[in-house]
Amino acid sequence: MGDVTRSTAAELGRRLAAKEVSAVEVAQAHLDRIAAVDERVHAFLHVDTDGALRAARAVDEARVRGDELGPLAGVPVAVKDVMTTRGVPTTAGSKILEGWRPPYDATLVSRMRDAGLVILGKTNMDEFAMGSSTEYSAYGPTFNPWDLARIPGGSGGGSAASVAAYEAPLAIGTDTGGSIRQPGAVTGTVGAKPTYGGTSRYGLIAFSSSLDTPGPCARTVEDAALLHAVIAGHDPRDSTSIPAPVPDVVGAGRHGATTGDLTGVKLGLVREFSGEGAEPGVSAAFREGVDALVKLGAEVVEVSCPHFEYALPAYYLIAPSECTSNLARFDGVRYGLRVGDDGSKSLEEVMSLTREAGFGPEVKRRIILGTYALSSGYYDAYYGQAQKVRTLISRDFATAFEQVDVLVSPTTPFVAFPFGSRTSDPYQMYLADLFTIPSNLYGGPAISVPCGLSEGLPVGFQIMAPTMADDRMYRVGAALESALPPLTPPPL
Amino acid sequence: MAAISREEVAHLARLSRLAVTEEELDRFAGQLDVILQAVTRVGEVAAADIPPTSHSVPLTNILREDVVAPGLERDEALAGAPDTADGHVRERATGQARYFRVPRILDEEA
Repeated sequence: MGDVTRSTAAELGRRLAAKEVSAVEVAQAHLDRIAAVDERVHAFLHVDTDGALRAARAVDEARVRGDELGPLAGVPVAVKDVMTTRGVPTTAGSKILEGWRPPYDATLVSRMRDAGLVILGKTNMDEFAMGSSTEYSAYGPTFNPWDLARIPGGSGGGSAASVAAYEAPLAIGTDTGGSIRQPGAVTGTVGAKPTYGGTSRYGLIAFSSSLDTPGPCARTVEDAALLHAVIAGHDPRDSTSIPAPVPDVVGAGRHGATTGDLTGVKLGLVREFSGEGAEPGVSAAFREGVDALVKLGAEVVEVSCPHFEYALPAYYLIAPSECTSNLARFDGVRYGLRVGDDGSKSLEEVMSLTREAGFGPEVKRRIILGTYALSSGYYDAYYGQAQKVRTLISRDFATAFEQVDVLVSPTTPFVAFPFGSRTSDPYQMYLADLFTIPSNLYGGPAISVPCGLSEGLPVGFQIMAPTMADDRMYRVGAALESALPPLTPPPL
Repeated sequence: MAAISREEVAHLARLSRLAVTEEELDRFAGQLDVILQAVTRVGEVAAADIPPTSHSVPLTNILREDVVAPGLERDEALAGAPDTADGHVRERATGQARYFRVPRILDEEA
C-alpha cells in the first residue's frame, strides 16, 4: 500500500474513496509518523490520538453505510493552536492559557469535522501568533525539517513543519502579517492566505482582528485549494465574513496544473520591492520562477506601488494597537492563569501579576507599543496615520490590478535563519514579513509556492491577487508548481 | 534622542496591567525605542486628506433574527475559570459552581 504519509491529500482522498485504505489506517500511519519524528521537530503542542482515531472510525463507518462523503473525508489535518477545539487543549502558544479546554469549536474546525477531515492535534506557534520563527512560543520552538538548527518560520511554524515533515498532509494556519506564507516559504511547503473575510474568524483567538485570516497549509497547490474550499464561505458568527460565493479555487488550481498555460496572464513585478533587501540566492530563485511562468505564456509588467515601503511601519502600529485591545480579555477571571490571589491583593494587582507571569516578552512589547500608539496625544500621529497609510497601500494594489492580473515577489527576504539570530533585536525579526504584510493591509489573497533552493534551503514564491480573486493565485501557483521540479525535504 | 523613555515604558506597562520587572523595563525601553524609530516613518507620508481604513471589507451592523438560540451552558462557561464560587444555598445543593470568583475589587478603606 506504500507509505500513506507520503501521499498528497488529493491522492489520499481518492484512495480512501476507492476503499484501498481506511481512514483509521491513514490516521494511524500519521500518528506513528508523529511518534517517530516529532521529538525532533516539535511541530505539535498536543496530539489528540483518541479523537483522531474516533473521527477516522466514524468516516469509515459512514463510507460502509454508503453516505455521501467529500473529497477530503478521512484525510488528516493538523490545526494551529490558536483555533478553538472543543474539549481539546488550546493555548495559542501562551502560558496564560495553559490547560484551557475550549467549550466550543471554531467555525472552520466544525466545517472540517463535517467534511470528514480527521484532526490529529494542535500545532506550535509564536505566542498569540506574534513572531516569525516560533521562538516566541511559551512551549519551546519548532525545528525546521530541512535543518533542525534553523527556524521553521512563524507564527505558524508548527503547522508548516508538520506538513513538511510528513506528519500531516494538511494543516490550518492563520495569517495576520505572513504567518501562513512565511513558514510555508522556509519549509518548502504551500501556504495560502485567503481574502480577508473569506474564511471565518469565529473561534480564532484574536490577535489583530482587522488582519487575522485563517487559511490552508499543504505540500501541493491542489491540496491547499481542496482545504480552502472546505473552510471558506460566509459565517453569520463573524461580522466581517463576506456573504458571497467562494471562488472556484479547486477548479482554478487543477486548470493551472493540467494545462500549465498562462497565455494572456499579466504578472506584476513591484518596482519598490526590487531594491528591498532580498538575499541574492532568494532573488535568483525568484527570477527562475518568473522565467518559468514566462515560458508558460505569462507576460511580465513592472508596476509601481509607492506606499509599500510604509507597509511594515503601518503594520507595526495597527497590529499592536489591535492586540492591546484584544488581549485585555486575559484578565485572570474567566479562563486561564491567575497569579497572586492570596486574599490580600486587589483585582488590579492580581491582573497585573497574572499578565506579567502569563505573557512572554514579545507579547508584552506589542501590548506596550499598542498602548503607546493609542494614547491620547500620539493617536493621530501613530494609529490614525497608519490607518491612512493603509488606505494608500490598498489604492496602490487597486492601481496595480488595473494593469496586471497578479503581483509576484519572493515570499520572504531570506531563507530559514538559525535560532537566536534575530531575537535580540525584535525589528530584525519583523523584516521577515516585509513582502507579505502589504496583502494583509489590503485584504487580498496571497499564496506562497516553493520555487527551488538557496544554500540548500527552500525559497518561496509569492503570488498576490485582488480581493475575492483567490482562484487566480491558485491557477498561477499550480502552473508554477507543475513547471518546477518538486522539493523533497532531507530525511528525518 | 530616544523616542521613548524608561519612565514612559513603566507608565504604559502600568496602563496595560503588566507588572514588569526592572530588568524588563531596561530591555523593553531600548527595544521599543528601535521599533518606534522605525514605525515613525509612517509620518513621512502626506496623508492629510486621505480617509483612514480600519477594515479591508466594508463593515455594516448585522443583526440576527430575534429568536431564542442555544448558547453556552453555564457550567461550560465556568469550567475554564481559575476560580469559581457557589451561590445560594439552593444552588449549592446541586454541587455546581455558579459564579466566577474575582479578587477584591474595592479597597478595604473605601
